Amino acid sequence: MSGFGNALSSSIGRKYVMGITGIFLILFLIVHAGINSLIFLDDNGLKFNIGAHFMATNWIIRAGEYILFLGLLVHIYQAVNLTIQNRKARPEGYAAYNGNANSKWYSRSMGLLGTLLLIFLVIHLKDFWVVSRFTGIPTVDANGNEDLYAVMREKFQDPVRVVAYVLLMISLCYHLLHGFASAFQTMGWNHSKYNGLIKSVSVWYAIIISIVFALMPIAVYTHLIN
Amino acid sequence: MHYAPRLNLNIMSTGNMNLTLKVWRQKNNKTKGALVDYQLADISPDMSFLEMFDVLNEQLINKGEEPVVFDHDCREGICGMCSMFINGRPHGPKDLVTTCQLHMRSFKDGDTIVVEPWRAAAFPVVKDLTVDRSAFDRVIAAGGFISVNTGNAQDANNLPIPKMHADAAFEAAACIGCGACVATCKNASAMLFVSAKISQLALLPQGQPERYRRVQSMVAQMDAEGFGNCTNTGACEAECPKGISLENIARMNRDFASAKFLSEETI
Repeated sequence: MSGFGNALSSSIGRKYVMGITGIFLILFLIVHAGINSLIFLDDNGLKFNIGAHFMATNWIIRAGEYILFLGLLVHIYQAVNLTIQNRKARPEGYAAYNGNANSKWYSRSMGLLGTLLLIFLVIHLKDFWVVSRFTGIPTVDANGNEDLYAVMREKFQDPVRVVAYVLLMISLCYHLLHGFASAFQTMGWNHSKYNGLIKSVSVWYAIIISIVFALMPIAVYTHLIN
Repeated sequence: MHYAPRLNLNIMSTGNMNLTLKVWRQKNNKTKGALVDYQLADISPDMSFLEMFDVLNEQLINKGEEPVVFDHDCREGICGMCSMFINGRPHGPKDLVTTCQLHMRSFKDGDTIVVEPWRAAAFPVVKDLTVDRSAFDRVIAAGGFISVNTGNAQDANNLPIPKMHADAAFEAAACIGCGACVATCKNASAMLFVSAKISQLALLPQGQPERYRRVQSMVAQMDAEGFGNCTNTGACEAECPKGISLENIARMNRDFASAKFLSEETI
């Protein structure tokens, strides 16, 4: 096997793949949360629709979308692969296992949290992405842009959807809480001068991103924004 | 400061404990095992956990039953032989100790204690609580050494080594290869052990000539042994009786990337 193939099929190589795709998805969430936050300007979604229109039409972003889906699929594929290997590495479990004595529950539950996020993603893509790209956004706003904000308002009138979105953002928070710092450790980016910074940025990133996303359905449903 | 000598002449009756043990009994790697209950009476809190097992085994021998097989050697916390997964944790409830250094005062009268072997595909059970940890030996044999012609030791000052590197290498070298990291890891990953053995050499000048070949060989052997993958839960660091740091894993990951993507040397 070639040097690169050999490297990426090793246990550490597979972890690099998880780390790199994870960091890529972390960066994507910043862009996603940033543009979606335009709804908080409370201008009836005008700025948000401009942002959404730019994201839907700019060719660099559209090309990036393919890379994003590829990154996501690789992240999921490698996670499943590693989980199967890890199960095989301990065929017989312990009768008594006190994981909480030495590690955080969410660091041991990345597979479960990730699966919940995958379910969320299917719902979320169906709610907005499919509408935006394929079935078409029915109305336009005052600027003449497709009114994705109207779609958002309509979807977030459903209390079940709002609760589901908020709960799944809690999963996102815990997934990021472990995933962010973990990616740095996997890549070997561990340095006594920066470890504290990485840790605190990872905690703040996970909390802020999740709160920003969770606030969107809450704000729309409770009419905090119009 | 003056320490008064500790006298406990009445050791077998004061504060002694009655315990229920649930011990994993397994004839060999081919048969299935099960937890078996044993009652122990009048256990001194000053006994080590292994001495408590010696008492149990004496009882079993006197009754004509087979004693529980468990690994032990130095009983000073430095050899890495004693294992035992006690109440869900390797080496029991105390941090930074091996099972031989765990004392019964860490338990209470009437406690039920579950004792299991290390569980990992790469550490097959030999009998009862003893597992075969030779996978670690094969990982070391794959590259955990430096190839030098031995002769007279050179002057210590010939090779200047920064203090922080010497300290980090020493701390990595404190690994006794007990396997608690593998035992506690939810994935049965051996990354902490392997990274400590790589780091202790990668941090010193003597380890440089084979540095990138070593990391590739040892990681390849680690994978071949069937250990799981690291998910950075940090359980290994928390349970390591020698306090080996996760920094070693990051260093190994870094060296592995350099070896695979930058170095021209392949294995």
